[in-house]
Amino acid sequence: MGPARRSSPTTGAAGEEAAALARRRQGMLLASPGALYLLIFFVVPLGLITVYSFATRTSTGRTSLSGWNVESYRAIGDDIIVGIIGRSAWLATLTTVLCVVVGYPFAYYIATRPRHVRAVLLVMVMIPFWTNALVRVFAIRFLLGSNGPASALSESLGFGTFRILFTPTAVTIGMVYSFLTFMVLPLYVALERMDWSLTEAARDLYASGAKAFWKVTLPLTRSGIVAGCVLVFVPSFGSYVVPDILGGAKTLLIGSYIARQFRDARNWPLGASLSVLLIVAMLVAVALNQRSGSGAEDRDRPRPRKWGRAPDEAEAAAVAS
Amino acid sequence: MSGVVEVGLGRRTRRGLAVWAWAVFAFLYVPIVVLVVFSFNASSRVNIWGGFSFQWYGEALRNDVITSAIRVSLIVALVSTVVSMVLGTAAALALDRYRFRGRRALDGTVYLPIVIPDITMAVMLLVFFAEAFKFIDSFGPRFTLGISTVALSHIAFNISFVCVVVRARLDQFDRTLEEAARDLYATGWQTFRRVTLPLIMPGVAAGGLLALTLSLDDVVISAFVSGPGSTTLPVYVFSSIRRGVTPELNAISTLMLTASIALVLGSLALQRRRASASQQTQIL
Repeated sequence: MGPARRSSPTTGAAGEEAAALARRRQGMLLASPGALYLLIFFVVPLGLITVYSFATRTSTGRTSLSGWNVESYRAIGDDIIVGIIGRSAWLATLTTVLCVVVGYPFAYYIATRPRHVRAVLLVMVMIPFWTNALVRVFAIRFLLGSNGPASALSESLGFGTFRILFTPTAVTIGMVYSFLTFMVLPLYVALERMDWSLTEAARDLYASGAKAFWKVTLPLTRSGIVAGCVLVFVPSFGSYVVPDILGGAKTLLIGSYIARQFRDARNWPLGASLSVLLIVAMLVAVALNQRSGSGAEDRDRPRPRKWGRAPDEAEAAAVAS
Repeated sequence: MSGVVEVGLGRRTRRGLAVWAWAVFAFLYVPIVVLVVFSFNASSRVNIWGGFSFQWYGEALRNDVITSAIRVSLIVALVSTVVSMVLGTAAALALDRYRFRGRRALDGTVYLPIVIPDITMAVMLLVFFAEAFKFIDSFGPRFTLGISTVALSHIAFNISFVCVVVRARLDQFDRTLEEAARDLYATGWQTFRRVTLPLIMPGVAAGGLLALTLSLDDVVISAFVSGPGSTTLPVYVFSSIRRGVTPELNAISTLMLTASIALVLGSLALQRRRASASQQTQIL
């Protein structure tokens, strides 16, 4: 990793410095179009929504950007809104738990197949993962509808029609259906990377199968479980499409409630403050996940530095020599 | 690790696992299959099978609103994919191999559009365009929500996804190949054009396919930033579902399903070229 391996001709500290500066400029040039785009179309909107959350709603439903106040944040304490947030949190938690329970044995099965079978099964998981999410929710809507195929089937079997659509149960089914693969993939990765000889060792030491699982396999795949939980909880907490299509009046969740503030209710400050709350909650969840040492480790953790990756370091070494 | 992993499970447990796994596969696939089957239903009642027919496909494709929505979706998807591929790849390269001012800020920001819920991204952009239009209007030209705002919004989230996918590829990049090119007196540009780009191309293509998929999938953000006449197909389907299930919707959904499955298989084939099973999950 020393400067000796650098391929650029070293012409003393001054040349080295100029080269570093040029590199720096090159990097900036390369990054700037994307960075500028994100600045305009993401960072500025993010700032605007925060500003709006402190604005005032006029009697006509317009937003007046004056007379800053925390009224809309105070409104979040309102019973109705607390109820909506509570319900969203509860349904998201339920969805997450169900996904772990359903997904873990599923991922375990796939991860313990022979290699060629595993590859096929993995593709079978990928297809629903990548399939249009709206269409998948629509499929559930179609299946569960009071005059849909499932109902027709149960009727012909003599169980009568069932009314499951527009209930929290339907929303939960839809969320598990939508987000299950988000859980399965990190679980699979954790299980596939696991060193099974450790489980075997536990068995050799006379641990029962169950005990070996609870004491060895499960703790070793904890990172996959945590990552999966974040990947499922985050979208289900803020979900808008699923409850909108499968839920009824009794399943108003925070995502739909925010949408409502920007459309019919025209209370942008309230919608904005709820959005800010939602964003903060998501960031906390993701940060907790990273802290627990999983999830994004493959991408945005400081990686072991490969050669040539750290001009700063090379620079320092060059100066030192 | 190849071959069956022996983990000391009892036979009953093992059989139970297999049954469970196939039940989950059934759960994942049955609703989609039922939807597809019923899209070929000749009967106009959604719950009664009235024989095989392409009738609803014909009806859907004769509907001007639907064909216009398909056109909007395709234009937005293509434009946002191309732009985000270029910007996202450049940003990924910069983040991966350069130190520059603002690098950390960019590194953190680039993940945000992926993390935050669609609905918040949607209202953020709605507020942004409302304010931007107010500002631009004061200079004269009048803008409204339309196909361009949809495309601009899609680029905003697609840049991030492309950037992350390309970076994952750059992570596995063998830098000695570039070094070899430089040792053989290739210029910086030649090295990039002849060595770097071909090597990261599968990553760029995978990022592009992901961007295409996400753009064609998006409903929440599009619903908020599209105006009259710039409805995308998912937005059309979403608003139609609220009014009730029709056989026409089944047909459109099946078309969308076919498109996304083609995209999955395309991206899997791309990865299959070199990646092992564990790397397949990495880009996700």
